[in-house]
Amino acid sequence: MDHLEALEAQSVYILREAYREFKQLVMLWSIGKDSTVLLWLARKAFFGHVPIPLLHIDTSYKVPAMIEYRDKLALEWHLNMIYGQNVEALKNKQTFPDGNVTRLQCCASLKSEALKHTLNGDWTRWGLNHNTGTYVPRTDNEPYTGVIVGVRADEEGSRSKERYFSPRDEHNDWDVGDQPPELWNQFKTDFAPGTHLRIHPLLDWTELNIWEYIERENIPIIDLYFDKGTGKRYRSLGCYPCTLPVDSTATNVSEIIEELVSGKFANIAERSGREQDKEDGHGLETLRRDGYM
Amino acid sequence: MATIQKEIKAAEKSTREQMNVVVIGHVDHGKSTVVGRLLADTGSLPEGKLEEVKANCKRNAKPFEYAFLLDALKDEQAQGITIDSARCFFKSVKREYIIIDAPGHIEFLKNMISGAARAEAAMLVIDAKEGVQENSRRHGYLLSMLGIRQVAVCVNKMDLVDYDKEIFDAIVTEFTEFLSRIHLEPKCFVPASARQGDNIVSSSPLTSWYDGPSVLEVFDGFSKEASSVDKPFRFPVQDIYKFTSADDDRRIIAGRVETGSIKVGDEVKFLPSEKRSKIASVEGFNLAQQNEAYCGQSTGFTLEKQIYIQPGELMCKVSDKQPKLSNQLKVNIFWLGRHPMITSKRYKMKLAGTHVPVWLRKVNTVLDASDLSTDNNRQQMERHDVAECILETLKPVAFDLNQEITNTGRFVIIDNYEIAGGGIILDSVAEKTDRITEHVQQREKNWQRSALTPGIRAGRYGQRSAMVVITGSSDKGIVQLAKSLEGHLFNCGRFVYFLGLSNSTIGIDSDILDSGQRDEQLRRLGEISHMFTDAGVILIVTISDLDDYELEMLQSLNKPNESVVVNVGENRFNKNEPDLQVDSIEDRDAAVQEIKKLLQSKNYLIEYFV
Ligand SMILES: Nc1nc2c(ncn2[C@@H]2O[C@H](COP(=O)(O)OP(=O)(O)OP(=O)(O)O)[C@@H](O)[C@H]2O)c(=O)[nH]1
Ligand SMILES: [Mg+2]
Repeated sequence: MDHLEALEAQSVYILREAYREFKQLVMLWSIGKDSTVLLWLARKAFFGHVPIPLLHIDTSYKVPAMIEYRDKLALEWHLNMIYGQNVEALKNKQTFPDGNVTRLQCCASLKSEALKHTLNGDWTRWGLNHNTGTYVPRTDNEPYTGVIVGVRADEEGSRSKERYFSPRDEHNDWDVGDQPPELWNQFKTDFAPGTHLRIHPLLDWTELNIWEYIERENIPIIDLYFDKGTGKRYRSLGCYPCTLPVDSTATNVSEIIEELVSGKFANIAERSGREQDKEDGHGLETLRRDGYM
Repeated sequence: MATIQKEIKAAEKSTREQMNVVVIGHVDHGKSTVVGRLLADTGSLPEGKLEEVKANCKRNAKPFEYAFLLDALKDEQAQGITIDSARCFFKSVKREYIIIDAPGHIEFLKNMISGAARAEAAMLVIDAKEGVQENSRRHGYLLSMLGIRQVAVCVNKMDLVDYDKEIFDAIVTEFTEFLSRIHLEPKCFVPASARQGDNIVSSSPLTSWYDGPSVLEVFDGFSKEASSVDKPFRFPVQDIYKFTSADDDRRIIAGRVETGSIKVGDEVKFLPSEKRSKIASVEGFNLAQQNEAYCGQSTGFTLEKQIYIQPGELMCKVSDKQPKLSNQLKVNIFWLGRHPMITSKRYKMKLAGTHVPVWLRKVNTVLDASDLSTDNNRQQMERHDVAECILETLKPVAFDLNQEITNTGRFVIIDNYEIAGGGIILDSVAEKTDRITEHVQQREKNWQRSALTPGIRAGRYGQRSAMVVITGSSDKGIVQLAKSLEGHLFNCGRFVYFLGLSNSTIGIDSDILDSGQRDEQLRRLGEISHMFTDAGVILIVTISDLDDYELEMLQSLNKPNESVVVNVGENRFNKNEPDLQVDSIEDRDAAVQEIKKLLQSKNYLIEYFV
């Protein structure tokens, strides 16, 4: 068994454990490479099916190609696709691109808030109708108690301390100082009413592992990651006002791997293109304690 | 250091070996600093990371610490202490590592354990000036329980003792002696200074008296454990899938092969149900067709003969050495719970794929892992205790002895939603009376028997009392059948009462409604049945999906009174034969007549009385 096979087996095990233990389970799909790998792993775990709804938080500042790609795969793979949005903040122009709030505040409102309220069911959830290919408000509003997220431990300091199954209280708060023990693949799957769990099947993967797996499995990944003649491409996908493309001429997966192994990105952190991380030394930890992924 | 990175890049990528190593030891002995140094001195940090952390320290007027490369949380940096284990990714020329930097403070022992339980080898750090401390020993002791057999020791902060060989040697002697008492042999001791960078990635001129490996070389010297493919096949059933709504008719038994291997056509057995079938296919997605599966793989199988089994059972190969099956286990436990582990409380045990209610029956010996002193007179286990004790589960569980097959020989204990302890199985205990039998014996001894004997009541009511258990897969179907039966017997003048498990759930079990305590609901139902049947009633109870062990518990609790078992539809019992098998209840009246005939033939309904 090689290293990628071992990673796959562990992630599949975690996904099945989550599916067995949680009735109200949802998987976040940001359209990026990590959560797309996660989606693929779900198809592995459930033998071609995805019996878990997928949730995308649409900040409205995503590149249009991302939405197209999302809907194309959702139809093709018969995904139970849902999106949520902070409609109020967008209407009132309480966003960074509108110049009314800082980057961190913008993230907190368009992502964390939208996520929180879509998860607990008090904001509208739009669901994809597979017959018409359009989104309609869903009638269910039961809170999701298990949320599967594609974070990796190598991304940033506070993520390196995560558990595979990580409890959050009713306010979505993450008590980093007091996480439950987790040993021998026995995870915390019992939880008091009112609390819920984040599930992290990709914790042990590195950025390089993700690309190697995409290559091995031939996963259809969104082409924003590839240079299309401009000498620029995205290394990580976020909202376009805050995620800068990087200078790179990699046009396919194997060229990206080459760049990560021995080329220009061999020693450069992935999130260096994310502006919101830089506002204070612990930007991401602060956001994450508050529900950010 | 640039050369190391270049060599690695030349080596192959995803096929490279990978290993998890944990760094442990007493608080403040320098674990995070060792790891930070290792990353920095091998050029493993992302560009700008070191500068960023240094700048952050300057901004906050704090001296720079290598530990801050790992201690990323605000609280950790503010207090200069590691709170939770960090995963950090690191490559050497030889292989890739996830290094787990564990906290040393006793308050965070559960975090140390969470980190260490993922590791294959450990580096234990001891401060040369402070010497061997309480948690150096406690962490050392826990290694063997956590399944880690390779350990090396880093004697750190040698700069504080002027690189004195005698001090180093004294620590080597003292700690080797300690480890030998717990049957661990350290690979080596490295004198180092993480702060100064001595003997971390290269050998230091300041310890010219030492010619052993550096910390980096020790890491590379750890060996991967041999694959468990030659061990007996063990496959805890994680779940059973049938995605019929997506037009998929496969019934797939999903899980991970813990040890051994299996191929299509092999005969398999499920425990504890003891049902058997054969492997029909190995399933997967985006894979070429497979006919075999090996340890480590998360996979799935279809079976030739469809049998009813439940998630949590252990699938084994009939031709292999079989696991043990028992409801009493001798174990070694470490307890992390805020409340002590006590004998009168119902806990939950998770072992391989199964969850079962469990009780602490007896504490044999409590051990203080920080000095190996023992106590044989304790009734309960306090936080951070390690103890040998006897556990009893409600139903027999399938397991292996930890020393034979690690993955199916260990478990965790849940106390009120929290993982509160972990343990390894030392042995199964020879059949002793279980809790329920003991309870019934006690109950019978102390029960105030009325002067009205069962015979007198039978005379009055023209019937002998019994608990009639109706089970099957459809709750609705069996409830309707039970009600029809009740109505019919009543109209025939019988003294009869219907009590469904769902009714008792609403009533007497309302305090445990949402906690999934089916065993406790059944226990209460058994006690209630005992009273009804004592009163001379024919009591009809319905419980869907009853299994062998649950039935046996109900029957025990109803003793000394009698019981009759009716199964509707697919038979889920393996050991027990139902007294009556009803295949279909479409014709309910016919089913009622069949049951009535059974009750007549067993002399419960006395037709005439002289
Ligand atoms: N003089 C000296 N100080 C050291 C050395 N290694 C670590 N220290 C100091 O010891 C203190 C504790 O170091 P850490 O690396 O945080 O210790 P730790 O073992 O990770 O501590 P916890 O994780 O909280 O248990 C820091 O102030 C370090 O600078 C060393 O080799 N020499
Ligand atoms: Mg530390």
